[in-house]
Amino acid sequence: MEYTFQWRPVMRQLPDLLEAGFMTLQVSILAMILGTVIGLALALVRMNAPWQVRWLATTWIEVARNTPALFQLFFFGFGLGAFGINLSPFVIVLSGLTFNTAGYLAENFRGGFQAIPDTQLKAARSLGMSASQSYIRIIIPQVFRIIYHPMTNQMVWVVLMSSLGMLVGFRELTGETQFFASRTFRIFEYFMVTAIIYYFIVKIILGLSKLIAWRLFRY
Amino acid sequence: MIEVKNIHKNFGDLHVLKGIDLTVKKGEVVCVIGASGSGKSTLLYCINGLEKIQKGEVFVNGVSVHAKGTDINKLRQNLGMVFQQWNSFPHLTALENVALSPRIVKKMSKKEANETAKKQLIHVGLEDKLNVYPSALSGGQQQRLAIARALAMDPEYMLFDEATSALDPELVGEVLDTMRLLAKEGMTMICVTHEMSFARDVSDRVAYFHEGVMEEIGPPEQIFGKNPKSENTKKFLTNIR
Ligand SMILES: Nc1ncnc2c1ncn2[C@@H]1O[C@H](COP(=O)(O)OP(=O)(O)O)[C@@H](O)[C@H]1O
Ligand SMILES: [Mg+2]
Repeated sequence: MEYTFQWRPVMRQLPDLLEAGFMTLQVSILAMILGTVIGLALALVRMNAPWQVRWLATTWIEVARNTPALFQLFFFGFGLGAFGINLSPFVIVLSGLTFNTAGYLAENFRGGFQAIPDTQLKAARSLGMSASQSYIRIIIPQVFRIIYHPMTNQMVWVVLMSSLGMLVGFRELTGETQFFASRTFRIFEYFMVTAIIYYFIVKIILGLSKLIAWRLFRY
Repeated sequence: MIEVKNIHKNFGDLHVLKGIDLTVKKGEVVCVIGASGSGKSTLLYCINGLEKIQKGEVFVNGVSVHAKGTDINKLRQNLGMVFQQWNSFPHLTALENVALSPRIVKKMSKKEANETAKKQLIHVGLEDKLNVYPSALSGGQQQRLAIARALAMDPEYMLFDEATSALDPELVGEVLDTMRLLAKEGMTMICVTHEMSFARDVSDRVAYFHEGVMEEIGPPEQIFGKNPKSENTKKFLTNIR
């Protein structure tokens, strides 16, 4: 069978694809922000809280890191759906990505905290800073620098992982592509163009990450 | 006045401080000497509450450090501490290192805090390093930065824990000079040190620690003279000479 490339249908839908790409970026950034906040909390709980609370954080981290991301997404979609909790595709994808990201980043944070000598905390406390002031002003900023590259990697991973959203009916980039591709049968062309869009999204993220690092980490 | 009253400190089964009594009056400089592991650092940590104690009491200006109701953060403002490891905050410039706690602990305005910081950086001779990050400072400069940072809280007391032990020999002098300057200005200081000539010069009293016990305390002439009261003091000083 001969396959002749036809790019015109794809190009016609390009604005839609770009819009879907924007949706991908949106859900990824949100998941990253929520995942960072929760991941930090999980790490702190895992390191400091009594076991009654700690096991919860440990379980979250273990499940997030050791089960397929797809299953985690399905949990928030079909899993909760089985209990009559029906979330919108956007919320399902956001929840799944956040769950996964929080688990991964929690481990990064933990490593980061361990890399800071405990004398930094002692020095801060000896100046009269409270424990929370010491963490917010002295420890956590240094931890962020240590885990900045792993965080950038996670962000890229989130963007690529968001393509799983297609499977719970989310019209992000991959979902949208699938929809058009199956309607026009120009499957190869569509996924080719979409791959390029993903590529650029990732490149933009990496570029921004460099810029932010340059701005933040002057030392 | 700092009053240490019969304090005991255990790390698990390890009995590190075995009933220490020490009173340091305003304006006094007390140097603490003794072998590594004898409990000198732990004593300082117990004085500013960075370590808990199992028995005894510590008073700073009459306030009990380890009592339940004590505002330890407030109390620590009055007790500057300089550690063996240079603890500059690497993500902050020299000025920010010093200005941070006046601003967030003492609630000074940014301008006021920066002025205080600048004054103390000049005090320790770092006036040309205000906007430099610690990574660009030598160990001696970082240690002087740590001194300025503690002084910016305007403490009545300074605790030094082997401030020069981690430094290259050629950098020890500048830090000792800064400490001498403080002593001359009348700062009340407890200095754990291995620098015997420093201890001899600036101390009003020298305390010798041996395995968690303060074996002897007295004026430098007594400790460093021909006949210290304790045989262990004599042995220690002979060995390090
Ligand atoms: N956080 C700690 N946990 C357990 N043991 C400690 C701790 N800090 C100090 N020690 C022990 O307490 C003893 C006294 O230590 P330290 O006060 O640091 O002695 P020095 O400052 O005189 O060298 C040592 O045996 C040391 O190993
Ligand atoms: Mg020590």
